[in-house]
Amino acid sequence: MNLMVEYILAALLVFGGIFGIVGSFGLLKLPQMLQRLHAPTKATTLGVGSALIASMAYFWFYEDRVSWHELMITLFLFLTAPITANFIAKAQLHRAINKEDLPPTGVGTQWATYDPEVQAVSPILLDDRDPG
Amino acid sequence: MILNYALDFAFLCFGLGLAMNLYRVFRAPGVTDRILALDTMVINVLTLIVLYGMRTKSGVNFEAALLFAMTGFVSTVAYCKFVLRGDIIE
Repeated sequence: MNLMVEYILAALLVFGGIFGIVGSFGLLKLPQMLQRLHAPTKATTLGVGSALIASMAYFWFYEDRVSWHELMITLFLFLTAPITANFIAKAQLHRAINKEDLPPTGVGTQWATYDPEVQAVSPILLDDRDPG
Repeated sequence: MILNYALDFAFLCFGLGLAMNLYRVFRAPGVTDRILALDTMVINVLTLIVLYGMRTKSGVNFEAALLFAMTGFVSTVAYCKFVLRGDIIE
């Protein structure tokens, strides 16, 4: 039992390490910026999640206490990684890619980040005059 | 003990990843690459903190890791916002 737990933990750590280094290596090696965006946001997040699960199981089995911090860090990372990826992709779309070079969206409307109606702030927020 | 070797391997992987991100911060074709590299550096350092906690068998540093994750997220979003709009809070 003890040996099996140790093997599982070691496998999780090695898995996490491999995915972490693949993510950072992809950031160096992939040819285009929007392809490079995929490597850290997917591979590294998976590697970090694996290492955090290994840490949680380690404290559970060897120190006899459940540490919830790892779960919170995992949840937080998995929630925020898509948001940061979306922001970086948006910055790249506006800085380095021509609007005409993008493929059609196929739904009749244009890309949401160029759509003035999507970008407009809600009318309630725009109307900040004192109603008197 | 095989767990110690696995821990060493994970340290090595994430440390090498950190070095690659540092190279990408200094040599990058555009500013979005630098933002992405800084974001990945935050994630790698966070993992190193967690692995260090496993090595020293103490959970003291995990709050620091949590705060680090939050600060990294907010700083990445602020940097992107600055690149997009020239201002952070309009």
